[in-house]
This record gives sequence, C-alpha cells and structure tokens, in this order.
Amino acid sequence: MMDGMRVALMVTCVNDVLFPRTGRAVVDLLTRLGVEVDFPEAQTCCGQPMVNTGYLDEAVPVVRTFVSAFEGYDAVVTPSGSCAGSARHQHRMVAERSGDAGLVAAVSEIGPRVYELSEFLVDVLGLTDVGAYFPHRVTYHPTCHSLRLLGVGDRPRRLLEAVRGLTLVDLPEAEECCGFGGTFAMKNADVSVAMGADKARHVRETDAEVLVAGDNSCLMHIGGMLSRQRAGVRVMHLAEVLASTEAAA
Amino acid sequence: MSAREEILGRVRAALADGPEVPTAAVPRRTPDGSVDVVTLFCERVADYRASVERCSAAELPERLRAAVAGERVVVPTDLDLDVPGSVVDDALSTDVLSAAELDALDAVVTRARLGIAETGTIVLDHGPGQGRRAITLVPDHHVCVVDASQVVADVPDAFDALDASRPLTWISGPSATSDIELDRVEGVHGPRHLHVIVVT
Amino acid sequence: MSATFVGMPAFPTAARAALADTQLRHNLTHATHTIRDKRARVVAELPEWEELRTAGAATKDRALLTLDEQLVRLEESLTSRGAVVHWARDADEACRIVADVAQAHGVDEVVKVKSMATQEIGLNEALAAEGIAAWETDLAELIVQLGDDLPSHILVPAIHRNRAEIREIFRRRMAASGRPAPDDLTDDPGELANAARLHLREKFLRARVGVSGANFAVAETGTLVVVESEGNGRMCLTLPEVLISVVGIEKVVPTWRDLDVLLRLLPRSSTGERMNPYTSMWHGVTPGDGPQEVHVVLLDNGRSHALADQVGRQALRCIRCSACLNVCPVYERVGGHAYGSVYPGPIGAILNPLLKGVGSDPQVDSLPYASSLCGACYEVCPVKIDIPSVLVDLRAQVVDAHRDRRVPKPEAVSMRAAAWTLSDSRRLARAERISGRAGRWLTRLAGLPGPGRRWTSARDLPAPPRESFRAWWLRTRRRGSRS
Ligand code: SF4
Repeated sequence: MMDGMRVALMVTCVNDVLFPRTGRAVVDLLTRLGVEVDFPEAQTCCGQPMVNTGYLDEAVPVVRTFVSAFEGYDAVVTPSGSCAGSARHQHRMVAERSGDAGLVAAVSEIGPRVYELSEFLVDVLGLTDVGAYFPHRVTYHPTCHSLRLLGVGDRPRRLLEAVRGLTLVDLPEAEECCGFGGTFAMKNADVSVAMGADKARHVRETDAEVLVAGDNSCLMHIGGMLSRQRAGVRVMHLAEVLASTEAAA
Repeated sequence: MSAREEILGRVRAALADGPEVPTAAVPRRTPDGSVDVVTLFCERVADYRASVERCSAAELPERLRAAVAGERVVVPTDLDLDVPGSVVDDALSTDVLSAAELDALDAVVTRARLGIAETGTIVLDHGPGQGRRAITLVPDHHVCVVDASQVVADVPDAFDALDASRPLTWISGPSATSDIELDRVEGVHGPRHLHVIVVT
Repeated sequence: MSATFVGMPAFPTAARAALADTQLRHNLTHATHTIRDKRARVVAELPEWEELRTAGAATKDRALLTLDEQLVRLEESLTSRGAVVHWARDADEACRIVADVAQAHGVDEVVKVKSMATQEIGLNEALAAEGIAAWETDLAELIVQLGDDLPSHILVPAIHRNRAEIREIFRRRMAASGRPAPDDLTDDPGELANAARLHLREKFLRARVGVSGANFAVAETGTLVVVESEGNGRMCLTLPEVLISVVGIEKVVPTWRDLDVLLRLLPRSSTGERMNPYTSMWHGVTPGDGPQEVHVVLLDNGRSHALADQVGRQALRCIRCSACLNVCPVYERVGGHAYGSVYPGPIGAILNPLLKGVGSDPQVDSLPYASSLCGACYEVCPVKIDIPSVLVDLRAQVVDAHRDRRVPKPEAVSMRAAAWTLSDSRRLARAERISGRAGRWLTRLAGLPGPGRRWTSARDLPAPPRESFRAWWLRTRRRGSRS
C-alpha cells in the first residue's frame, strides 16, 4: 500500500505560523509509522481565508501555488479538516473563476488525493492503533468541516480510543459548531463568542483535562475562551496526542 | 407588456444557460411482511392522541351510538351508516347548513377514502359518505369510520389509490399546534377530538 | 398592524442587540432544541430518508429548470377548473390585485392562512391602507399580530415568545380586535390555544373572503396544497365565498404524483411529525363545496432574479420547512429579527440577497456573512440546498459588487496583501522572518484591519511560537523536498 507512495505534508498556513508543534507531530507520527513524508517548500495556504471572505480573484494565485507545490504527490496529508475541505470542495470554484482550464484540471486531479490526517491513517494506512500513549482524560470536538464537509465520521474517535492510557469522555452537544468560522469570528465576533462560550461550557461539563480536535483554528477559538476563563482545560491537536508515546512521556 | 409576458420572459432569460434537468428515483419501501398495516395504522393514529377502536361490522352500529352519545350530530346525506337523530347535510341542495348552523352541532360522522398506516393519516376525498369539506371541520368531534380494507401501507400507496381530480383533506390526529415553545398541544380550530373506528 | 423590517441595521449590529436579550436566548434555546430532537427521531424512522432528499431536490429542480412551461401549464389547469389566474411582477402589483378582489366584494376584512408570500409582500399593511383588516388566524401569526411584533421564524413566527409573554399579549390585546381573552387565562398552552380558538371562531364564521398562500401548486392538475396543523387553514380555505391564493412562482411542481415525495419530506422536517394534522388539496372551484370564486396570484417579486443565479437558484427549491433555522447555531443565539426579513436563518441569509440582489443595501450584503459555514443546515435540508456553498458564492458577489470602488475597503487591501504574500512561499517565509514572532500573520489572514481587538475581547491568543514550522523543517529536516 505504501510502497513507493509519495506523501506530502500540507501543514497549512495557520499551523506553519502559529502551531508548528502540530506539524512536527504529524512528521513524528508518520515517520514512526514508516511513512516517509515530504514537506514541499513551495506550499503556502489553501486559499480558504480569501474564498470564505468572498475574495475569489485573490484566491486564484494562492490556489496556483497550492497546485505547483503538491502536483505529483500520491497523497497530501493535512492536520486540518477545514483545509482538506477547501482543497477538495472549493478549489474547483476558484479554478473555474480563473477561466484557466489547465488549473481546473489540476485541482480536480489533486483534490481527491488530499486527506485529513485521520482519513489518511484509517483509510490509506488502514490503522486505528498508532501505538500512542497519552494518560489523560480527554474529550473530543468534531469540527464542522471534518464532520460535515469531509465526513470523517468516527475515525478520530476510533484513533483516540486506541490510545493507551487515554480516557475518552463524551462532549455534550458535540456536533454543534464552536463559532470560529474563519472570517465569521471577526465579522460577527459577538455571535462567534456566544457560540464559543457554550462550547467552552460543554467542555467544562466533561471534566476533561484536554480538549482534542482536528483543527487548530477551532481549538484556538475554544482554547482562547477556556484560557480567558482560567478553566483548567488545555487544547491539543489530534496529531499531537497520536504522536505521544510512552518513551516520550 | 403584460405581467404574464414579462414574468415568463424573465424566467426564460434566467434559464438561458440551458441547465440540465435532473432525474432521481423516488424511493419506496418494500412492505415489511411482519407488520400488520391495520395494527400499525391504529397505533400511529393513537400516537396523535386520537381515539382509536377496532370492531366488526356487526358491532359498528352500537360503537357509533356510543361514540356520539348525547351529542348533536351531523352526517353527510349519502352516509351508509345509521346514526339516529342526526342532522343531514346535503351539499348540493338548497337547504345546506350554514357555517353558524354547523358550529351549533357537536359532532360529525363520516367515512373516509383511505387510511395510511405509516403516518396514521386518514384521507377524505369528500366522495360518498364523507360530505363537503366544512362538515368535518366545524363540529368539535369527528368520528370517522375506516374499513380495514381501506388501509394502505405508506404515502406512495395512497397516491396510487387517490383521484387527483377530487378535493382532498388529509387528517392526522386532532387539530394541534406547536406554536407555543414548539411544544405540541392538541386542539385549536379543527375538531379537537378525532375518533377513528376501524371495521375489520 | 404589524411592525416592519424596513430600516433594520446590518446583521452584526442587530445580532449584538439580540444576544443581550437573555429572555430571547432562553426561549430560542428551549424551542430549537425541542424541535431538533423531534425531527431527528422521526427522520431516523425512514431508512430511505437520504434517497427521499435526493428525490425531493430533483423534483423541485425539474419544476424550476422548466419553470416557464410549468407556469403556463399551471395557468391552463387552474383556469379550466374555474380559477381566475393573475400574474404579479412585484409586491405592489400582488397587493393591488388582492385589494381589488376584496373591494369588488365590498368587504372590510379578510381571514388569512399563514403564508410566507403574503408576509413577504406586506399584504396586511397594504390592505390596511385600503381600509381592509387582514386577520391572521395561525396561532403564532396571531401572537405576532396582536403583539405588534415581527415574525422571527418561518414555521413559528412567535418562537421568540414564551407562554408567559403570550398570555400577556392575549390579555392586553385581544379585546381591541374582537372577543377578549378569558379573565382567568393562565399560561397553560392548552388554555392559550383555546383563547385563540374562541377569539377567531367568530371571524371564521362571518368571513366572506379568505386569503392563503400554497405550499405546492401542481402544474398538471391545478391542485393547490396547504399544509397546516391547527385547522385555521381549512377554515379559511372552505368557509368563505371567495378565496385568493398568493403563490410564489417557485411553488410549482410538475405532476400530482410529485406531491408524494414532498409530503413525505415536509412534515418530518418541519414540525417533526410523521404527518402534519391537516393537508388540504383543492383545484379551482368545487361545486357545492367551499369558495365558489377562486383567484390565484402568481408572484415573481425577485424569484426570476434568483433563478438566473446558477449557484443560487437551488434556494428556490426551499419548501419552507424551517429545519435549517432550527439547527442553526447562529439562529439559535440571535433569533430571526436580526436577519431583517420574513425569511430568517440560513435560508434567509441566501434567499434575501438572491431575491433582492447584492451591492446596494448593506443590510442585505451583511447576510451572507451571518454564518460560520458549519454546514448543519445543508445536512438537514429536505431538498438538499447546499446553503454553505451558496453563502460563499454570495460573499464573492458582494465583494465583486464593490471591486470598482475608488477607495477600496481596508478588508480588500488586507486580502490583496495576504494573497500577494501567500502566492509565493518565499514571500511567506520572508514575512514570517520579518514579523519575528509569526503570530501577527493571523490578523492579516483573517482580514482584520488593525490588531485583533475583536478577537481578544473575549478570547486569549495563544503565545506565538519562536520558530515557524517551515523554519524548523529547513533547519532540521530538509531532504528530498522538491525545489
Ligand atoms: S432551506 Fe431547506 S431546510 Fe431551510 S427551510 Fe428551506 S427546505 Fe427547509
């Protein structure tokens, strides 16, 4: 399955700049699992910030950059459901806007090979137990784009359940949006905060020590609220939990 | 240009890109042999907090009498059931009851065109034994007699059987509302009491 | 008469005010969660639900994508069954037609079935200006009308009111327009419903003209369909001598049989019932039964504009079930008034801009942004309207409508700057180095003018890392990566 497969890490702009730990965790995890992962240095961003704010023309060169960075790889793995969703579902719209048939063909070709981390682990590698050790009480927030746009289903939960030492507790109203929504968190900051406050309340109800999700932007939002409340819950990307081992602990 | 021509023109212009018209199969569940449709029908009608009873043809007259005991009852002129003391409404005669006269009555007894088990619905097509639409609306108590053979499994079966050219009233339980805090309360303007007698 | 939405502020401002209303928040949370659970239960009963949704979408698309033919056919069928068909380009024309019919019968009142189309065109206000009282007979509409309030939900326009508030409205306002509320009225929902029954019954019994909308209009047979719960619809459709139905042109379906799939989808999505208490289907005039004079007003009012939008036209499939409102986390927190239209919630956020056009009214332009794009609406929509995709497309239309401004908005400037940097990894790497602590990037990515004060008003920002991922990779791992 993996023999000769060329795998690229799409770290995402937010992770690159704000959460490099998550990118390093993906590299560590995949290396541990015997996957040689490449970081194409030409990569920047999936273009979602522009697209979701309505700046399609501005997104065109960003998507071109995406294509030139990831063309030719068999699989592109990203620790972000939202950015995977952008590549799979929005790039075509941007490419069509450019009027460049070559770009349309290129994004249609790459799109299906973009995997959110849990999809890559479960579907491509066929694993649910990645040999991780994380002795903490954890609750999991299924971010909207992972859940609804990609349909990752229970893959992240299955991965977490297989982590040794980890106690997984259900998050009430888990499937409700945390209120981040990219540009929404700025343009409608009040509603965004109201949604985040309810999410944070539900997280506290679980008595978990760590909130885990597959998107750092949502975690930054929820974590930002929990931190302001001095709630005593930390947030962590799924990749970082799965990268943890007994040796490292 | 008339409004008609202008609207049709705008619509044609809007569709000038020649969009492809999709098709999709309408799903239909294969009947589950283990489920008795008449029993399911009765359960589902009762779920709406309607009264439901089953009886034989021989028992029907007595059940009907009991159902409307002490009430002033209206029946459609061609009802084939005996409801002693009832007022008869004849839609096409000159002495049709006014809305106010109907409002002074307590109950109405009719037949139905069919019943739908999956949804607990009775459908009136206002044909024989069912009367015009107002008589099953204004009185507060509707007693509806459904023959077991009239019960179909699901909504598509009802569409197979119904006549598109007739006015239809689909009734699923008594009048109800969810307008206060989205909680269901039975009983607003239509009959607050629905009583379905299934004859087996 | 009812208040109006004219002059509503843009969504973020209206939403801020709504968020501060704790009673509203409480009422909405309670109501939306109640209905969500009910819907989920009855939808789970049908293993064929997903296929039904696909079929429902295809059915409506079949009508919309051949709409000119369907409308002509509908007109023929209706006329042959004794109905008079009118066409209305816009709200004013539709209101004029209804007022003319009512005046021809010399009435000073009409009874109304709840209808989105007549709310959209402001019919009650237009009739009032002609000296005709339009009595709303749906319980929630009655609550809104008596309270001099605005609707805030498609299905339950008074969803923002709880039982105690409803009792107050009935006690104070019923007497002014007919039979007063009973003196000993409590806030028990059954008693409140009964008060409405008593208040409206005299109006039903004496009304000579009824006004309705229609959930569906069948081209093939001229059948109009009204789906309801209380029986007020049946009263208005059968007791008056004259019936006027205002029907949006998108309500047409090609064949009678098409009602099958739609009637399986609508009640479960809407009130969370297997079937709604009453569904009426009629065709023009039925001799000896119901109104003997029947008018149908086919209303455009922006629908043909929406139809021309290749991405947005799917919004016209909407069967007004309100499931998208009930699951929407934004709607749940701010309610319907913040959307400034009779069509609130996710569907309102796309339908209003599609009907009215973007680029001229800041309130309308704010609506496509009134969503976190969580996708819960798309998941429940019985006719599979991809609301998030339409929202994103409309955002692009809003941006495009302002592209030729001589002084671009700060947001446009920052987006262009971000795009410039993000279209070349070397520029990005340089930006990361220059800003040292890479975190400053976030603000620009998010299109934030200036520092992220709106972010940090309630949320801490994570401590920015010392080294970006890219820098770490280059320092430690660089191998085999493509140049
Ligand atoms: S958009 Fe879909 S979910 Fe929302 S009201 Fe319309 S049909 Fe219902």
